[in-house]
Amino acid sequence: MDNERLSLPQYDIPEDIQNAVTITTLDRLYNWGRRSSVWPLMFGLACCAIEMIAAQASRYDMARFGMEVMRPTPRQADMMLVSGTVTKKMLPAIVRLYNQMPEPKYVVAMGACASGGGPFKEGYNVVAGIDKFLPVDVYIPGCPPTPQALIAGMIKLQEKIDKESIKKVRWYRKGPDTVEVPIPILGPDLIDPRRNQEIKAAAAQKATKESA
Amino acid sequence: MAAPVSTQTVDLAARFPGAVTAEARPGYAGFIVEKDKLVEVATAIRDEFGFDLLTTVTAVDYLPEDKMEVVYHAYKTTGGPGLVFRVQVPRADPIEVPSLIDVWPGVDLQEREAWDLMGIRFSGHPDLRRILMWEGYEGHPLRKDWQEPFYEEDVKPFKSRWPEGKHVMAEEKNPFRDNVKFLENFDPEKWIPENEEMLYSSLKRYTVQSEDGMSTDRIVINMGPQHPSTHGVFRAALTLEGETIVGLKPVVGYLHRNHEKIGERNTFIQNMPYTDRLDYFNSMSNNLGYAIAVEKLMKIPVAERAEYIRVIMVELSRIQNHFIFIGMLLNDLGAMYTPALYAFEERELILDIFEAVAGSRMMCNYLRFGGVVRDVPEDVMQKIKGLVFERLPAKTDEMDRLLSENEVLVARLKGVHVIDGETAIKYSVTGPVLRAAGVPYDIRRADPYSIYDRFEFDVAMRPNGDLFDNYIIRLDEIRQSLRILQQAVKQIPDGPINSQKPQYQVRVPAGEAYGRIESPKGELGYYVVSNGKPNPWRYHVRAPSFVNITCLEQMCIGTKIADFVALLGVLDIVMGELDR
Repeated sequence: MDNERLSLPQYDIPEDIQNAVTITTLDRLYNWGRRSSVWPLMFGLACCAIEMIAAQASRYDMARFGMEVMRPTPRQADMMLVSGTVTKKMLPAIVRLYNQMPEPKYVVAMGACASGGGPFKEGYNVVAGIDKFLPVDVYIPGCPPTPQALIAGMIKLQEKIDKESIKKVRWYRKGPDTVEVPIPILGPDLIDPRRNQEIKAAAAQKATKESA
Repeated sequence: MAAPVSTQTVDLAARFPGAVTAEARPGYAGFIVEKDKLVEVATAIRDEFGFDLLTTVTAVDYLPEDKMEVVYHAYKTTGGPGLVFRVQVPRADPIEVPSLIDVWPGVDLQEREAWDLMGIRFSGHPDLRRILMWEGYEGHPLRKDWQEPFYEEDVKPFKSRWPEGKHVMAEEKNPFRDNVKFLENFDPEKWIPENEEMLYSSLKRYTVQSEDGMSTDRIVINMGPQHPSTHGVFRAALTLEGETIVGLKPVVGYLHRNHEKIGERNTFIQNMPYTDRLDYFNSMSNNLGYAIAVEKLMKIPVAERAEYIRVIMVELSRIQNHFIFIGMLLNDLGAMYTPALYAFEERELILDIFEAVAGSRMMCNYLRFGGVVRDVPEDVMQKIKGLVFERLPAKTDEMDRLLSENEVLVARLKGVHVIDGETAIKYSVTGPVLRAAGVPYDIRRADPYSIYDRFEFDVAMRPNGDLFDNYIIRLDEIRQSLRILQQAVKQIPDGPINSQKPQYQVRVPAGEAYGRIESPKGELGYYVVSNGKPNPWRYHVRAPSFVNITCLEQMCIGTKIADFVALLGVLDIVMGELDR
């Protein structure tokens, strides 16, 4: 048992029962359980996915952090590791996967492309960062980030989980328990339904500008 | 070295007077074929002249001359240089060129790509849909007058980012504040998505009437783009009759990162790091193909030591690719993780070498025109020697012992037909899949590049063309690569590592070049057209993964759905180069 993270420091437990008894808060227990078993969605997009696999494999072994159980179905996953370039054609699928994940869920943007478009930002089929659509918890720089960098990012995510409180997290509050992101539509270009009015206005303005 | 034979020894112009003219532009080679005679000439090229393997079909937009050109590269599977022929058409819509799908069925996806990105309509193509973008997308992006939403200037370096260093976010310049563009007065609420009706109508019929009058429903399933065994974001739409596949269409483009459009805005040298990200397992071989194409255009020699370093790096890359292939294939077959963990252990050792010489594990960006960017330090050379003489041969044998006679593996792989040699050639399949089907075609021998003609090695070949041969040929190839490496590390001379001075901008004379190498996955070709300016006018990547999946439908029809994963696995696709 990882007592160091679980127990509250101010209580003195006799040494001979330290492995059996712990005194802690509910928040700490809850966060300790979740931070030690983050199940990532088995979901690779591009080059970064290979480093993600390498981080799971022989030398780096992410299982040490309780993150080795990759789930191919979003219904069983806690964390979406966006590992690679997000393209417009792929985006509806990514958003749909995110919507299908149960709360609590986290998004990690791995690498330059997922964080902001990276070297391919200017491409016509590239979304300049997954954060334009999904709420990102941790960004990992690099092209691709090394497995060490990925693990460092995962530890950051664990630190974030440590700070959560049952009383405050959104999935225990009143109202809908998940955040549904509207699924983008593939039109003459990528249509973000949340921005329909804005797109319409800009297109109309473009027309007046060109006729003037 | 084999005597260089000019393509002009094939005199197509004399065979077809009036319909074919020899290319006269400086820097260009081959023949120009009249549009109406294209199918007839292509049939003769295949049957009379023996160019049975059509590797590349691509289009070039010659905007200043107001014409479009479709370029074909054909080769003989018996070896030797290729034949370039092209069709020129006026640049006014609709641009129509006859499809060669009846002569070489392997042009299927490449013609669809040219339609998608260049807007060339191939008449006679049975299924001409967009391939990398989606149906309904506005415009044909690779045309020279088409501008992407984040357009800044035609070519780099962009003045807006230089010299004062004031950078403006691309979003701020775009009226929609995002990487999108719409026509005037576009109303997103009134848009009706296409919903892939064209894709599903191209599949086999959903309901069939059997002989006794019973009507049977077939099942249409979609595999991917999110599926653990499709090696990335590949998607296949299948029609099933029970468990048997009766129709299949690959759906790609989910990782289309616009390499070619970005590449044509870049300067020549700026494209080098982008090639790393094509087949991201083998950045060294991607670098080599591109370097060879541009060196051909520049007509510069490569430093002697650098040639050896290139061969060493590329062969190391092939070994780790094949190791991972075996590990991943076993993953797909259900032997979860153990073989893959063995493979990754060796791969990490090879990546250590890459990191030591290039500074990066995966995205090496190591080659330069005329040589390589940094020398290999002595201690790294010792490490390489340790690997190629001791560790890797032993580990290859270990892998062989661990897997090749495993009863489950043999039962699963042996006798499951992948493709026969004749069909493979028709469908432009290259690489290990072609060699496992009994065709000993390896560009390192058939049309030697770099210094491969100096080494002693055999072209790995297996006769049956089943899944097992496709697996075992990878082990054969690892052993042959080790042979090459053992010779190369012994023979490597001292000396400069680049024949040129280090430079940020290279001078490339006008003309075209097609550089091709035997990448671990097949023929990797770069077609580069220069107009004498610092940026390529056309930059096309002939990716082996992309062309190899043309035969996927052919391979899978009639097999069981459970074998589909293995069949896709042995093609060894990488989405980065498949979608580019």
